[in-house]
Amino acid sequence: MRIAVDLNRCQFYAQCCFLAPEAFRLEAEQVLAYHPHPDDALREKVVRAAAACPTGAILIDHRDLSR
Amino acid sequence: MSDHILIVGASLAGLRAAEAVRGAGFAGRLTIVGEEPCAPYDRPPLSKQVLSGWVEAAQTELPALRPVDADWMLGMRATGLDLVARRVRLSDGSRIGFDRLLVATGARARRWPVAAEARLDGVTVLRTRDDAAALRVRLAARPERVVVVGGGFTGCEVASACIDLGAPVTVIEALEAPLLSALGATVGRYAAAIQRAKGVDLRTGVTVTALEDDGAGRLARVRLSDGQAVETALAVVCLGAAPNVEWLGGSGLAGSPRGLHCDSAGRALDAAGRPVDGIFAAGDVVRMDHPAFPGPPLRTEHWASACEQAAVAGANIARPGEPARRIAALPGFWSMQFGACLKLVGAPERADRTALLHGSVESGRFVVGYGQAGRLVAAAAVDHTHWLPFYEAQIEAGAAFPPTFARVDPPAAAWDFAP
Repeated sequence: MRIAVDLNRCQFYAQCCFLAPEAFRLEAEQVLAYHPHPDDALREKVVRAAAACPTGAILIDHRDLSR
Repeated sequence: MSDHILIVGASLAGLRAAEAVRGAGFAGRLTIVGEEPCAPYDRPPLSKQVLSGWVEAAQTELPALRPVDADWMLGMRATGLDLVARRVRLSDGSRIGFDRLLVATGARARRWPVAAEARLDGVTVLRTRDDAAALRVRLAARPERVVVVGGGFTGCEVASACIDLGAPVTVIEALEAPLLSALGATVGRYAAAIQRAKGVDLRTGVTVTALEDDGAGRLARVRLSDGQAVETALAVVCLGAAPNVEWLGGSGLAGSPRGLHCDSAGRALDAAGRPVDGIFAAGDVVRMDHPAFPGPPLRTEHWASACEQAAVAGANIARPGEPARRIAALPGFWSMQFGACLKLVGAPERADRTALLHGSVESGRFVVGYGQAGRLVAAAAVDHTHWLPFYEAQIEAGAAFPPTFARVDPPAAAWDFAP
């Protein structure tokens, strides 16, 4: 699946890192790293992480959302 | 009747513009021309996740936010524009007609200016997916030293990746500190301090005078203006990006080596400053008038600017009869480097002075304000980014600079020097 994170929006609440740690990592207090192409097996977790983001910073490909 | 929208450029701005065109209800023919042979990809991960080895360069393809139903002509470069015939000339010699055109040709890395030296094996830049893949291979081979030429954002991020990988790295910056030209002296002082603390061999106030070869076409050392030399087989040239405007030369659009001039609705302008019918632009190629910052247009090269400009220009090109949308968001960007997050909102290039607003450089957590003629025009934060939405609203409201309100966590010395 394909994602991007708008790091202008991101305020490092790190909800994504709890919900999908394979795809999102907090490397320092305000340093988020993410995998732009998480494994398809992580789809549910990543979709949940995006929904839980308080700033709506996680963008998911529409084809991954409609499957 | 034909109704054909042509987008030239297939990166972030080109993709988001195509989405906006379809999102606005355009049902005609849509074509996207892109120089690189691959689908649109995201650049921010290239200097971090890709260099670290976590993400393959090919795994950066951008998420599409909606279907675009377009003809993609990838691996094809635009080489000329004929506004009268409404045609774009392509690198294979063919021509493609259009009714309306959206220019999103972006920018390219500035190469080392001495061509013979730029061609040496071991002299690279970082702009494209292929650049990142090649640089990752070289970093994974554990170079004895990496030299980064230029201490701007890309240079600093490359140096940060080298430190994370345990690769000795030297940064050569012509000014007195990294990031100084973009964000002024306070951020520069911070950047220099953290780089030295993390082990970067930072050389400021010097320039590279030559990239010297080993006699077999490979880089051997970097010669500096202070008479010193750094032995290295790998130099990453990070001297900024130049907008891809050359193909528009002679077309009648108001372009210069600094970018294609557009109004705040994304309409390309002619030499007299009038919008050219049906011609729009977005992204790094553009210098765009900004409603919040009267004066010269801004060329921001920011991820968010590309997205917003593409959304506005894409909606406007799709609905020619309707009132034009205009960009409104303040420019903003982020950079993650050396374990810290740097964010900016506003237009620091407009500033005539700066002031520390919160925290301290020494603590590694601070906010700097930028003022122009007594108004706040920008704010930058290091590991204090939760302040920026507040300052964004202050800038939009035309708040006084320096701020007159009492502040949490104020700095010990309120005044800083001019940028």
